[in-house]
Parts: sequence; C-alpha cells; structure tokens
Amino acid sequence: VRFGLSDEQRLLEESVRRFLAERLPIARVRELRDAGGAFDRDAWKELAALGVVGCLVPEEFGGAGLGVLEAAVIATALGHGAAPLPFLGPCVMAPLLLRELGSREQQASWLPRLASGEARIAVAAAERVERRQDAGVRESGGRLDGIALFVIDGPSADAFLVPAGDDLWLVPRGAPGLEALALPTLDATRPLAELRFRSVEPAERLGAPGAAGAALDHVIDVARALLAADLLGCCDRSLELAVAYAMQRRQFERPIASFQAVKHLCAEMAAQIEPARALVWYAAHAFDALPEEAALDAALAKSHLAEVATFVVRTATEVHGGIGFTDAYDLHFWFKRAALARQLLGGPALLRARAAALQGWAA
Amino acid sequence: MDLRYGPAYESFRAELRAFLASHRSEAPRDSGGLGVLSDTKLAPWQRLLIERGYAARTTPKEYGGGGFAPDPLIAAIIAEEFRAAGVPGPASGQGIDMLVPTLLEHGSDEQKRRWIPPTVRAELIWCQGYSEPGAGSDLASLATVGRVEGDTVVVNGQKIWTSTAHAAQMMFGLVRTEPEAKKHAGISYLLIPMDTPGIEVRPLRTMTGHAEFNEVFFTDVRVPLANLVGRRGEGWKIANTTLRHERDMLGSASTSEGLFHGLVKTLTEERADGRRVLEDPALRDQLAAIQARTLAMRCHAMRLLTARVRGESAGVAALVTKLNGCQLNHDLAGLALDGMGEAGTLSRESARVRDGGRWLFHWMFQLGLVIGGGTAQIQKNIISERGLGMPREPRA
Repeated sequence: VRFGLSDEQRLLEESVRRFLAERLPIARVRELRDAGGAFDRDAWKELAALGVVGCLVPEEFGGAGLGVLEAAVIATALGHGAAPLPFLGPCVMAPLLLRELGSREQQASWLPRLASGEARIAVAAAERVERRQDAGVRESGGRLDGIALFVIDGPSADAFLVPAGDDLWLVPRGAPGLEALALPTLDATRPLAELRFRSVEPAERLGAPGAAGAALDHVIDVARALLAADLLGCCDRSLELAVAYAMQRRQFERPIASFQAVKHLCAEMAAQIEPARALVWYAAHAFDALPEEAALDAALAKSHLAEVATFVVRTATEVHGGIGFTDAYDLHFWFKRAALARQLLGGPALLRARAAALQGWAA
Repeated sequence: MDLRYGPAYESFRAELRAFLASHRSEAPRDSGGLGVLSDTKLAPWQRLLIERGYAARTTPKEYGGGGFAPDPLIAAIIAEEFRAAGVPGPASGQGIDMLVPTLLEHGSDEQKRRWIPPTVRAELIWCQGYSEPGAGSDLASLATVGRVEGDTVVVNGQKIWTSTAHAAQMMFGLVRTEPEAKKHAGISYLLIPMDTPGIEVRPLRTMTGHAEFNEVFFTDVRVPLANLVGRRGEGWKIANTTLRHERDMLGSASTSEGLFHGLVKTLTEERADGRRVLEDPALRDQLAAIQARTLAMRCHAMRLLTARVRGESAGVAALVTKLNGCQLNHDLAGLALDGMGEAGTLSRESARVRDGGRWLFHWMFQLGLVIGGGTAQIQKNIISERGLGMPREPRA
C-alpha cells in the first residue's frame, strides 16, 4: 500500500508551483485582471513546454500520457497560484473526449496540437449538468441553434466541443453564425464564455450519432475531481496567507498569532484541509484505478471540497481583518476562485443528490 | 498511489479470514474499548488471538506477545478483517493501548516482565489516573501528592474522570513526588494497585446514564517505590508518550465507517408516513455530506498509515485525527437521531426503543470523547502550535 503522492508526483506539483511563482506571481495575475482578463500566451507556451498542457494526451500523440492523479496534482498547484491559465478545457476535457470518442483521424489531427498548446478546445459542458436561464443547444438538420453558458476556458479557445442531446459536435471559433462572448464572473482567474449559435454548421461530430452521452458524463466527473483539486490549492494558499499574516500582525503588543481566538481558526482550517487533501487524491486516483466508484468519489470530493473551501476562504479573510477585505491585498483572488469553482459543473447540493442517486438512495 | 497490499499481505489476510470463519463462536460479545471487561470469554479469546499473532503481535515474546516487527499494514489488515467479520478484535483498553507502549519505552525490565504479560492477556485491567478536579486541560498543575518514604510512595489526593476505575485492578497515574521542583518537573509516573488500602472509587454517572467513569480518592495509599516508571520527576515526559497513544486511539476511521454503515441502515429501515426516511431529500443531502467526511477520514487514515510504513512525518495531518474523528462520530449519531425523529429520543426502558437506544448512547458518548483525551480546544492549540508553528499564548 502506498496512499499518497509518489516522489515524481510531488516533484510535478513543486515544479508547477515554482513555474507559477516565477512566471505568474500574484502581481502579474493582478495585471492580467486589470487588463480585462487578458490571456498570457507566452506563459501558456512555457506551461506547454513543461509538459503540463499535454498531461492527459497519450505519448503516441506527443503528450505526457499521465493519469488523472497527476492532473489533480497540477490542478492543485494551479489553484494554489490562482493561475489564470486554461486547463480544464484544453488539457483535460477535450483530450479525454477525443481519446474516448474521436476517430483515429480526429485524434491524430487534434491531440498533438492540444499537447503542444498550439490548439485550445473548450467544452460547453454546463448544460449537460443543468440548464440555467435561456441556455440549451439543439441540433436539427446538421445545424446548431441555441446558447451555451459558462464554458470553462472558453475565451481563449479556438474551437469548441458542443453537446446537443447525446451528440458531440466540434465547432471552430470562426464558424459562421457562432458568437463567442466573454462571460465575466467574480473570478478573473478563470475566464468563462457564452456561445450563441444561429444555424451553425459544425465542422465534425465526435463519436457515432447519439453515442457521446456516457463519455461526456465521465469527462464531467473527471473535471469535478480536478475542480476539487483546484479548491484544495485555494485552501492551502489561503491558510498559508492567514498564518503568515497572523505571525507578523501585532495588536495588544503581541502577534495576533498568539491569541487562541486566532490560532483556533487556523487550526480548524488545517483540520478540515488535511483529510480533504487525502479525499482529493483518492477521488482522482479512482479514475486511474477504481473506475467503478470514480463517479461517486468525484461527486463526494467536489461537494466536500466546495464546503471546506467556502469555510477556509471565509475564515482566512476573517483572520486578516480589514486588510483581507481590500482589493489591494491578494487574498480575494482565492476567495473568488473558490466561489466560482464551487458552482462549476454542479454545486454541492446537486452533487450530493447525484451521490445519493448513484447509491440508490433515492426512490 | 497503490492501494493493493501485495501477495504476502493478502495471504495473511486470507489466513485471518479463515480463522475468523472457523472460530467466531468463541469470541466474546465485545472486546473492551473503554467499557468494562467482564465477559468470561474475553481472556481465552485474547490468548487464542495472541497465539495466532492477531493480538499483542508486536509486543516482545518475553513479555507475552508475538514478537513480530511492527508492521502498520498487518495492523490495518487485522483491524479491517475483524470489523468486516463483525467479530470483536484483539482486546483494547487503556492498559493495552496506552500503558503497554509506555512501559515498553520507559519501564524497567522487571516492570515489563511483571506487568505487560497479564495486561496483554486482558487479565489485568488498568485505568488512567491523570485528571484531577483542579487539573484538567492544565494537567501539569496536578496536586495529588506522592511522598517518598524509603522504598514506599505514600499517595494522597484525588483523581477524576477515571474511566474503568470501578473494574480495574491497576492504575497508571501521575503524582507529585517533588514538591520543590517546578510544575512539570515535579511529577512522577506511578503504577498503583487498586486494592491498596486507602483507595476509594466513587462511580460518576455520565449523561448517558451509565457509570462510565469515576472519582478516585487516595488517603495514605502506600505503593512500592519499585512501581515508579522512569526516574522521579520524569512523569510528565512519560505521560506525554501515553497521551500520544491515546490521541491515535480516539477518532479512528474504522469507528466512523462502522457508524456510517449503521446510519445508512437506520435511515433505510426507519419509516415516516409509511415511507423510508431516506426518501426525504433534505436528509439524503445530509447523509451524502457526512459520507464525504467519513470517506475523507478513511483516506486520511490510509495516508497516515503510509507515512508510518515509510517512516515519514505526515506533518500537520498527523495532528488532526482526534479533533475531526470524534466530532464526525458525534455528528453521525446525531444524523441518525434526526432520521428517527421523536423515536430517536426514546430511552432504553421504553418498549418502543430501537436497537436498545444505541444511537442516543453513541451521540452522548461520542460527545464525551470530543472532550476526553484532550479537549477539542487543546487539540486546536496542538495543531496550531506544533503543526502550523504559531506561538503559545503568553501566560497571564
């Protein structure tokens, strides 16, 4: 038995963290936000050169051929850095869908370009989970109509995978009739898009007609486990900031870190984070080794991490006092990143209902 | 990440399964824990388990154990298989789980020979004499005096919250032998026969209605100086070894998993308006939430197990088990009560009570464990100071 990260996996997390600390420190994240959520293409290329972008692309197509646990380790580092770089779309959901549904030709055409970072595909998966407002894409006579909301990594994507029923269509950004708009949320580090389709002719279909449903649901489950991993990174960074601040902030002639009222808040954060870390590893590992329980573990992990992160980012803010509430201090980047990740691809209540259904608890 | 145990361990597991299948009728009802060890089947069962290498496995042979090298995986398999078979496992309790490791580390050879063999055979029941009316979280302020007179220690004072003292033949306790020394340096670790004249045990009924712990009064209780473990004045250091073992014992993941499985069963069987209460979506939501917490603690335990196997430090993670586990167990029982509604509050005497009122008992008993063995607040001090490097609160 070895439960936990291997030396290689620890090294991977460390190298992504170091890359982000050097290349995208929080001051740079702030600059990109102030520039309206600009996409740092150079940082993206360097991330691809690290092998991170192609982590889930098989080696035969130029990727690193790693597993979901390695992807989770990367996601935790990205959360820790509040990295405004695409990941879930072009590095996770798109390559997995191509692996599961793509023809040999489609794989050979797309996977090498995804691995190198040259192409970026986002997946319009939100409506597969639940439709909000006027969203929903229909296909009729080979044409797509409707609206897809909350497309993760959408603004920087040059193509989209769009579900309509149990079909999955590939649509280039420039397709006539497709309008891709930025959909700004509170979190400037994870850009979302809205896609509007007016009689759009898709370039191609992935998989046989009506055969994409199971693969889509599976890939959404993987993305949930990785959002849980990202939330773990948000928790780690928030606690680090809170402890460091409490050690140097003095009130009543001593560091506030010496007051039990403050120490206990930090201890409660650590006490929730550590078991949650083990849960994230387990849920990610399940996709690599325990496929029969992976969907349940992903639902449990993401709903749990959403709750833990909500507690941690709020508590870390309270430990900071007034400064934690300002824009000038950095903590809010993680507060906001966690708030968006909590809702993406199913909030905690939806995922707990899914966990219940998967176990036959519902009538 | 590799959750497989490998062939050598799996054959150990298969052997254990076969043993459990053929010997389960010899098992006692319960293997102790913090409760009273009165079942006549317990001692023979424990001897059989020691003989087969399933109990006292790592205790040296000369002290009545199996003499095997410590192997956390074997320990995990033993715990898993007894739980899965629903058979009481190796005897547990404060003597076996706390005193034996402490004696192995700090006891003299004579003390080990004399006390460890009957303790691991579950023939000798121990209680822990630490807390006092004036020394709870601030344990080192304890005032029970052990005056050294020649080769005798004369004990005067009072202990409280002493679990199993009413059934125990022995107490391991802390007494102040060096009145001139500073607070922590004046304490010694003493083994006290409970039948010594001058000891009075008064049961304290807990909120569960059971007498689970006691007050123990000492009036000129004469204990051989040979029963002092370690050197005079070293008791605080030695007690901290014991406390570490206690914190690992409380809040274990398999207790939580057992309670969770029972909870699902209760919510599946219990009916309201003729429907399974599990069909209430609000309750299902809470059940899935607590399932995630339970699974997280299971994964956490596997992580700590791995760290032990590899001889690595798990850092702050190693300090959070008791705080999380005891709170989780209390919450698991609380959710079962919510599922049962008014029926959950029925007392044991009621003809309508379910399962002998075990959820009500667990709910209150687990709250006791949130406090016992170092309160949740003391745990938070430990996590923040030792785990996160935050400073101690200055003394007033």
